[in-house]
Amino acid sequence: MKAKTRETVMRIVFMLAACLSILAVLLICLFLFANGIPAFREIGLWNFISGKLWRPSTDVYGILPMILGSLYVTAGALVIGVPIGILMAVFLARFCPEKLHAVLKPAVDLLAGIPSVVYGFFGLMVIVPAIRNAFGCSGTGLLAASLMLGIMILPTIISVSEAAIRAVPDSYYEGSLALGASHERSVFRAVLPAARSGIVSAVILGVGRAVGETMAVIMVAGNQAVVPSSIIKGLRTLTANIVLEMGYAADLHRDALIATAVVLFVFILIINLLFSVMKRRSAA
Amino acid sequence: MSGKAKAESIVLRTLVYLAAAVTITALAAIIVYILIKGIPALSWDMFSLKYTAENCSLLPALINTVVVTALSLVIAVPLGIFSAIYLVEYARRGSRLVSAVRLTAETLAGIPSIVYGLFGYLLFVNFLGFGYSLLAGALTLSIMILPVIMRTSEEALMSVPDSYREGSFGLGAGKLRTVFRIVLPSAVPGIMSGVILSIGRIVGETAALIFTAGSVAQIPRNLLGSGRTLSVHLYALWNEGLDTEKSYATAVVLLLIVVAINAMSAKLAREIQKG
Repeated sequence: MKAKTRETVMRIVFMLAACLSILAVLLICLFLFANGIPAFREIGLWNFISGKLWRPSTDVYGILPMILGSLYVTAGALVIGVPIGILMAVFLARFCPEKLHAVLKPAVDLLAGIPSVVYGFFGLMVIVPAIRNAFGCSGTGLLAASLMLGIMILPTIISVSEAAIRAVPDSYYEGSLALGASHERSVFRAVLPAARSGIVSAVILGVGRAVGETMAVIMVAGNQAVVPSSIIKGLRTLTANIVLEMGYAADLHRDALIATAVVLFVFILIINLLFSVMKRRSAA
Repeated sequence: MSGKAKAESIVLRTLVYLAAAVTITALAAIIVYILIKGIPALSWDMFSLKYTAENCSLLPALINTVVVTALSLVIAVPLGIFSAIYLVEYARRGSRLVSAVRLTAETLAGIPSIVYGLFGYLLFVNFLGFGYSLLAGALTLSIMILPVIMRTSEEALMSVPDSYREGSFGLGAGKLRTVFRIVLPSAVPGIMSGVILSIGRIVGETAALIFTAGSVAQIPRNLLGSGRTLSVHLYALWNEGLDTEKSYATAVVLLLIVVAINAMSAKLAREIQKG
C-alpha cells in the first residue's frame, strides 16, 4: 500500500513538473501584456506602432524606427547568413571527408556557443573600424550589424540545414548520378530541393535568432532611434531600445519599453508559429 | 558531359568550398584575434577578490557566474528531468496535455533573452520583491534553460530500449523503481549533454541578467544581493566607457570558458555515439 501511494505521489509530481512550461508561458504572457497594455492605451496602439518619433523627454513614443531597424538588420543578416549557411551545410553533408567533418562539426558548434557580448566586442574592434576606414563614416550601423548577425545565425542555419540534407534518402542522389548528372548537379538539383522544407525551417530559426539578438547589435548598430537612410547609417532595434533605456526609465517611458517588448514578443510568436507549421509539413 | 554542365559543376563546387572557407575563417578570426589581443592583457591583479576601478578585477564576476550557473541548474535540471519523465514514461502519446507541454516548451525555446530579462524583472525583481539579485537572475535563467533540459532528457529517455523496462517489470520492480534505477541511469550521458549546453547558455547570457541580477561588480553577501556575471561584466566595461585592455582580457577568459564547455560537450557526444 505504501509503495502504491509513493507511485501516485511521484506521478503527480512528474505531471506538475511537465505543466511548468505551460505555466511559464502563461506567466510571461500575463506579466508582459499586463504591464504593456497601459502604454498601448495611453499612447494608442496605432500611434505607438506607426509613430516615427521616439522622444521620451517629451513623452512621444513611436517605435516604427525600431520595428524597421529590427527588420533591416534581420534582412541584412539573412542576405549574408543564408547563402553561406546553406552552402556550408551542403559542404558538411556531401562534400567533406569524414575526418574533416569530425573537426568542422565541433567548430560550427563552437560558433554557436560564443557569447553574444564576445561577438559584439569583436564586431566593435574589427568590423566597425574596417567599415569606418572603407566608407569614411562612424562605422557603426546597419552594415556592421548585418555582418555581425550574419555570422551569428550561421551555426543555426548550418546545423538545421545539414540535418535536413542528410535526411534525404540516398536513392535521390544515386538516381541522379545514374542518369549521368555530376556529383554537384545531383546534390543541387536532386538532394537540395528534397530538403527544402527543412532548410526553410533553418532560415526561420535564423530569423528568430536575428530578431531576438540584443547585446551584439547594441554594440555595433549605433543605436540612433531613426530610420536609417543608407546601409552605413546607425539604427536601433526593438531589443536595443529596451536594454538602452530600461535602466533609468520611469512611468509612461517604462511602460512604453515594456510595450516594445510586447511587440517583439508578438513578432517572435509569429515566427515560432511559422516554424512549427513548417516542421509539421516537413514531417508529413 | 557537355561543356555547360561541366561549367555549372565547377561553379557550384567553387561556391561550396568558398562558403566553407568563409565560415572557418570567421570562426578562426574571432578566436585568434581575441586570444592574441587578450592573453597579453591578462594580469594577476585582474584576479583579486575585490573589484576596484583600477584593477578592474574579473574574479568577482567569475565567482558570480559560477553561483548563478549552479543555482539555475539546481532549479531547472530536476524539473526538466521530471518533466521529461512524465512525457516519456507516464503520459499517453498524443494526449492534450502532452501537446500543450510540447508547444509551450517550443515557444519558450524561441523567446529572446531580453524578453526573459524583462519578464524576470517584472515578476521576480518587482512583483515578488527580490530586487536585483543573483536569485532573481538564476530563477529567470532556469526558465530559459528549462526547454533545453527537457528536450535533451526526453531524447535520452526515449533512446533507452524498452527491453530494459520490461526486464525490470519482469523482475517485479514497480514503475517508479524502474524509472529511477533502470531508465534514468542509462539516460545520464544524454541528460548531461543538455546540462552542458545549458551551462554554455548561462555563461554567455547577458540580456536576461542585466535587469534581474543587476550589474554590481562585487560578490554579493548573499543570494539576494546584486552581482554581475562575466558576460555582463564585459558589457558593462563597454557601457561605462571602454577600457580596451581590460575588455580584451575579460573576453579571452570568457572565450576560454566557452571553448572548454564545448570541448566537454563534444567529448560527451562522441561517447554517446560510441554507446
